Amino acid sequence: MDPKVIEQHGLTIDEYNRIRKILGREPNLVELGMYSVLWSEHCSYKSSRMYLKDFPTKGKRILQGPGENAGVIDIGDGYAIAMKIESHNHPSAVEPFQGAATGVGGIVRDVFTMGARPIAALNSLRFGPLSDPHNRFLFDGVVAGISSYGNCLGLPTVAGEVYFDDCYTGNCLVNAMCVGLVRLSEGEVKSEIPSYIVKAKAEGVGNPVLYVGSSTGRDGIHGATFASVELDENSVEKRSNVQVGDPFTEKLLIEACLELLKTGNVVGMQDMGAAGLTSSLSEMSSKAGTGVEIELSLVPQREEKMTPYEIMLSESQERMVVIMKKGTEDDAFKIFKKWGLNAVVIGKVTDDGFFTVKENGKTVARVPSKSLADDAPLYERPVEPPLYPEISKKAAPGKSCNAMLMELLADTNIASKSWVYEQYDHMVQTNTCVLPGRADAAVLRIKYSHKKIALTTDGNGKYCFADPYTGGMIAVCEAARNLVCTGAEPAAVTDCLNFGNPEKPAVMWQFRECVKGMSLACRELGTPVVSGNVSFYNESNDTAIYPTPVVGMLGLIDNTPHMDMSFKGKDDLIVLLGRNLEEKSSCPKLDIELEKGVQRTCLEAIRSGIVRSAHDVSEGGLAVALSECCIEGGVGARVSFDEKVNNMSLLFGESQSRIILSVKPGDIFALNSLGKKHNVPVSIIGKVGGSALKIRNGKKKLVDIKLGKIISAYRDSMPSIMRG
Amino acid sequence: MKAAVIVFPGSNCDWDCYHTAKTSLKAKAEFVWHEEENLNSYDVVIVPGGFSYGDYLRSGAIARFSPVMNSLVEYVKKDKGLVIGICNGFQILTEAGLLPGALQKNKYLKFLCKNVKIRVENARTPFTNKCKPGQVLEIPIAHFDGNYTADKETIEKLNRNKQVVFRYCSKSGSVSPASNPNGSIENIAGICNEARNVLGMMPHPERVADPILGGEDGEYIFSSMLNSLKK
Repeated sequence: MDPKVIEQHGLTIDEYNRIRKILGREPNLVELGMYSVLWSEHCSYKSSRMYLKDFPTKGKRILQGPGENAGVIDIGDGYAIAMKIESHNHPSAVEPFQGAATGVGGIVRDVFTMGARPIAALNSLRFGPLSDPHNRFLFDGVVAGISSYGNCLGLPTVAGEVYFDDCYTGNCLVNAMCVGLVRLSEGEVKSEIPSYIVKAKAEGVGNPVLYVGSSTGRDGIHGATFASVELDENSVEKRSNVQVGDPFTEKLLIEACLELLKTGNVVGMQDMGAAGLTSSLSEMSSKAGTGVEIELSLVPQREEKMTPYEIMLSESQERMVVIMKKGTEDDAFKIFKKWGLNAVVIGKVTDDGFFTVKENGKTVARVPSKSLADDAPLYERPVEPPLYPEISKKAAPGKSCNAMLMELLADTNIASKSWVYEQYDHMVQTNTCVLPGRADAAVLRIKYSHKKIALTTDGNGKYCFADPYTGGMIAVCEAARNLVCTGAEPAAVTDCLNFGNPEKPAVMWQFRECVKGMSLACRELGTPVVSGNVSFYNESNDTAIYPTPVVGMLGLIDNTPHMDMSFKGKDDLIVLLGRNLEEKSSCPKLDIELEKGVQRTCLEAIRSGIVRSAHDVSEGGLAVALSECCIEGGVGARVSFDEKVNNMSLLFGESQSRIILSVKPGDIFALNSLGKKHNVPVSIIGKVGGSALKIRNGKKKLVDIKLGKIISAYRDSMPSIMRG
Repeated sequence: MKAAVIVFPGSNCDWDCYHTAKTSLKAKAEFVWHEEENLNSYDVVIVPGGFSYGDYLRSGAIARFSPVMNSLVEYVKKDKGLVIGICNGFQILTEAGLLPGALQKNKYLKFLCKNVKIRVENARTPFTNKCKPGQVLEIPIAHFDGNYTADKETIEKLNRNKQVVFRYCSKSGSVSPASNPNGSIENIAGICNEARNVLGMMPHPERVADPILGGEDGEYIFSSMLNSLKK
């Protein structure tokens, strides 16, 4: 075959020879296309897999770890949570609205494919600075895309994060997470929550293969390969690689699929994600150790004269593959007709281990299923620590503490994100107990049970750039700390690892170190990784983004109070758990033992009912965290320290493992003894009350700002930037 | 008592309304698929929010042609019970001519989800008889097309007949452009028909009808309905 064609498919000559060896002949173009997508970095994890093995993936609550469409966690009371996070970075960089919308669509399908009803969406976004109009265009489009898709589904988008930094100009990050709920047994209560966990397996020779959902078009061909190269100025021409989403069809698809599962006749189900028919069927049959045979003329098509190559590689959205028990196809026809969707038998499960594709009876591709799904080469890529200058810390010589705090509160990385979350329906399904912005994580109730769950996403690229190992640990610890501040026990992780080009040794080193740090923290905190996604090649014009692992975490609240960050009562004591350190590096240090102690102290205190508010100290340090507690509570605070660290570090330093609590004066003794038990410093630093935030260190007054000024700096910043 | 929750393809607050009908209206709740044609056995019909038919063409514009809408018109004409349309349900009721006016895109052209304050303008409807006149309720909105509009005569008629049930207002109850989230004429958030048996409102009372969700002001509306149906 022409080496140019091979190269256009993103395959190396070695990989091509490997295909020839597997087939014992030259592949035809359809087959080459099939291998090219499934062996792409995006689908095969060929550079990352050897490191991902490090993650702890088992635990007493874990029903399904990595390897399925989503991880599944038993949360007790007969319920389980399915969850996963995934990137849609490159499509969003090229076409922000559709890129982000279809990112939501894909991750939602991954979750309901497991038989779970999607109950919450989260997202983690990164863009270049909003001073650049193109970055504003991307940000505006991505938020609108998520809003349009999620809202239409009736899926509340309950939490997330947005950060802006130069390194994401030209390569924005759009990570979407979905959380679903499934019952582990059929209950008495009539409820919208389904009760079947399904796997993506094509079992049972002779069982029919059904195609359900939207028709196939030419959109998104080679999306997976596109996701596995760097972006450059020609990328905009790849706009046709970006799929177009139809949330209405997805909503019908959810209802139809969940209704179909109730029949008990579904053997396996899989979303047609990256590489559409090719990936779904090869993965399903490979997992079951079977083969499949399909007839392309039966595939519903919305464009004329599509070639087998196009049909097999199309990434048209809102399509699923369902394997039914033989003879029960009518169930599917009836239900999908009611919802106005396609459902056709396009083939059957076979016993020969081959993925056979026919067009009008003539074989157009025939390759071993397993070779597509599992036999991609694994690479141990060269690794080398990069030489890079320390990020220079934002020094603010000559600025007063008041001015510095006001500036930070209005900084887009810290300011209120209401401009974003007010565009998302975050209340539909009536489970949202804490509204966005009010707490460090979202809290949802589980109807007809005593359970609540808490959800968050977290990641700090700057820390990981300076020190990928510690940065990876911090990403996990901060997510857990956020959950703990709502009164939830951290239970499981889904992760999205956004990195540069893995063929560069420095990027691969960052990846290895980050994963090492994350693994350690997950082990220490008892939060196994149940699902995830790796996104490499996040570079544009040869510059990589910061290594940006994003941690999505689930926490559990069992019949105990949930907490938010708002200061509540006048004269409540403000208490700091943890230590204020002077951080010398761009990545703060992390003492995992102290971290665990702080988290245990906070959690036990909230559970015992003595805590009135809880807030993690993160970006912008103590001064920002205290401001946020005041803003949400609509009340001031008077805080005084007696610390040796320099005042800027004290106010704005980002030492880890710190939480601000407020308690009634009489409850401080109980809190102290919890601190002692876990070996955690507990310091009373002030009192709630008044109409200003006042902070001093020793005799020196550092901050004194009226609450009204703090609120407007924090709340007005982003809306005024986005109004232009 | 029996409550019907109509389900169109794309309805997505159907389960929320179903739960609320059970817990707040203490009703036997049932889903009614949009192809069904008889609503006569129900005391209450809820047209829930969502994106019926994806809101394609125009919010509510396709749903009004569903078979169930003919029976809903009959139901209202014969005064069989109370009809409440929330959000997309309100849009569908205006498209079907059961309520006057129309809902267009929000003035800032963004979807908007947040808690807002609304003032009870008429406390003598079957939907508000448990409220005090002028009472301020906090109820969330979540819509892209909530900007109520109608011609001058219609607005005059609505005012004359006291059909404006809710207006967006400030915390203290003042109605002004500053407290108008979406550009609605005269801050209109909800209206009823002349016969007082149909209410359409953009805010979602079913989202604040349980203390665990941080608000209970929606209860005023459901307990009013319960109260008037008991009579």
